[in-house]
Amino acid sequence: MNQAYAEAFERFTKNGGGAGPAELLGLRREAFEHFARTGFPTTKDEEWRFTPVAPITGREWRLSAEAKTSLVTPADIAPFRFGPPAWCTLVFVDGRFEAGLSHQPKLPRGLSVEPLSQALEADPALLSKVTGTSFSALNAAFVKEGVSIRVSAGVELADPIHILSVASKAADGASLNTRIVLHVERGARAQLVESYAGLFAAASFTNAVTQVTVEAGAWVEHSRIQRESESAYHIGLTQVDQARDSHYRSFTLAMGGAIARHDLRARLGDENVETLLYGLYLGRREQLIDNHTAIFHDHPNCRSWEVYKGILDDASHAVFNGKVFVTPEAQKTDAKQTNRNLLLSDRAKVDTKPQLEIFADDVKCTHGATVGRLDEIAHFYLQSRGVPREAAQQLLTYAFAAEVMAEVTSAPVRERLDGLVRERLGVSS
Amino acid sequence: MLDIKGLRASAGEKDILKGIDLTVKAGEVHAIMGPNGSGKSTLAQVLAGHPAYKVTGGTVTFDGADLLDMEPEERAQAGLFLAFQYPVEIAGVTNAYFLRAAYNAIRKARGEEELDPMDFLDILEEKLKLVEWGPEIMQRAVNSGFSGGEKKRNEILQMAVLEPKLAILDETDSGLDIDALRIVAEGVNKLRRPDRATIVVTHYQRLLDHIVPDYVHVLFDGQIVKSGGKELAHELEAKGYEWLTGVPEAVSA
Ligand SMILES: Nc1ncnc2c1ncn2[C@@H]1O[C@H](COP(=O)(O)OP(=O)(O)O)[C@@H](O)[C@H]1O
Ligand SMILES: [Mg+2]
Repeated sequence: MNQAYAEAFERFTKNGGGAGPAELLGLRREAFEHFARTGFPTTKDEEWRFTPVAPITGREWRLSAEAKTSLVTPADIAPFRFGPPAWCTLVFVDGRFEAGLSHQPKLPRGLSVEPLSQALEADPALLSKVTGTSFSALNAAFVKEGVSIRVSAGVELADPIHILSVASKAADGASLNTRIVLHVERGARAQLVESYAGLFAAASFTNAVTQVTVEAGAWVEHSRIQRESESAYHIGLTQVDQARDSHYRSFTLAMGGAIARHDLRARLGDENVETLLYGLYLGRREQLIDNHTAIFHDHPNCRSWEVYKGILDDASHAVFNGKVFVTPEAQKTDAKQTNRNLLLSDRAKVDTKPQLEIFADDVKCTHGATVGRLDEIAHFYLQSRGVPREAAQQLLTYAFAAEVMAEVTSAPVRERLDGLVRERLGVSS
Repeated sequence: MLDIKGLRASAGEKDILKGIDLTVKAGEVHAIMGPNGSGKSTLAQVLAGHPAYKVTGGTVTFDGADLLDMEPEERAQAGLFLAFQYPVEIAGVTNAYFLRAAYNAIRKARGEEELDPMDFLDILEEKLKLVEWGPEIMQRAVNSGFSGGEKKRNEILQMAVLEPKLAILDETDSGLDIDALRIVAEGVNKLRRPDRATIVVTHYQRLLDHIVPDYVHVLFDGQIVKSGGKELAHELEAKGYEWLTGVPEAVSA
């Protein structure tokens, strides 16, 4: 398989993939060599123990750059928009930016949005800022399209920016490498909505990387919605780097994909940093949904708070791994992690593993993981009020999810998420 | 309206109801009293269809239908309502949504049109007055973080919205201060109608000063050991239960 990727990489560099400064090509080559050395993970790797990715790694994917252009209309995209039409919405179809489908209003002062290729030309080193997996190395080698967003110091953005990636019919058999770079300067405030959707039941392979830099005193809310088709494969990595006094909060909704994995890594790079990670995953049929999070407490007086919830139906399978590392310097760390899972079927399964590694003594760190079923008594209570058994189950299931969605501060984003989850669970508003 | 004959029920290995006979007609108020552990809540829960209890004998008809053959939601749709002794907390569902879901489920089962949130709000406003509550309570999650008194009042609000034919109030008075007790009792009284009936399960005479019963029954060890008029409640207040049960209060309580 590596041979096929090596040939693809050579083709890619010859066909203009290597455009830009020589340094950039060098970094791509380095990334590719890193991938070639490590290869794809297998279930023998501790980090991938419960997540067999053979259906992804055992198959040859066309590079999106080689895929034929699809015909996608604004009407096709409409159901996947998020929030009011006024929001800046950048649409990628099969990994390619589509200006015609995007909405790019006059940007407020202090906000710059540019194509990834342009950002990489100006600063090739951007590509090597992420230390990730062999998948993210592959992304670094091949990625051409994406966005780089920069919010200047002190600027407070009123509306979220939405980056929407959709896979069309033409994405069947293609790997889609995209990358989002968000850099929020000192004291600025920004909201990013990042979503992945499928227009058809195409077996595409999204390999996405997002890098977020939160400078001192800045505030960021990041919502990531993965609702690709249930034939699709999705591997995503988000890396967050935070400076002093900054606040980063994320909400991750994962409900699509045949196999979907998201790694979220937050590095609390200075004192008095706050990191809030919320997540919701909804599995059904035979979906495999994996969330790996890692929080690096390297400095004193920081707080991280994490709540991930999962609802698993049919024969779906969820994996949760939450790492919290607290170095000896990171005194007064306050870290709490919770993972709660609801099984709606006897065949559904969850592998959950909190992993706290604490080397400082004056800290407050807790974690808890539960896997359970709906509360029978609450069920009966609803029935005793006339609500049929199945509707009661849906309502209680929704309630389980609603608790974590309530943590999203942006009302339009929250309402949209709420609608998505209601629709999936069959609960009216 | 309700006809209970020789009802026996158990939970796990334990026989709790040991042959209950009780007939409730439209317009009547029945009080069921008795020491702790005698089976009052079990009787109420069995009538509502709680899955933890197994009916091992007897029959119950409700408006001519076999109640024991119905799902809990069908019983509610037929007009039976149980105000729980321990109302259940449901995080993540607002009181407003919960009430509308219940209201519409019952309407739908009766072939009536469901109400949208705005129309339902009108009904709700009127019912909130009945329990002397403002609208704030509606945006809180069902019973979550409610005080004991608030939970009981919420049960009465639900009852007011659902307008059942037969309401069973299981110790709705316990844990209420005088003011809350008055609100609850007035709420119940305002909903009384000649075509409706109420069963009040209580431990004390107190509530029966406000909701005056036509009949009083004493339940002990899974059986009704004495029935009488409202004066029986006063007699119990004065004498305790020992003269009926043969068990000193301190032991039976
Ligand atoms: N679900 C149950 N499982 C086992 N025992 C129960 C259950 N419910 C009630 N009981 C027992 O049945 C008896 C009657 O309880 P209950 O009906 O709650 O009495 P009351 O309401 O009159 O105080 C008690 O001994 C109680 O412990
Ligand atoms: Mg009781």
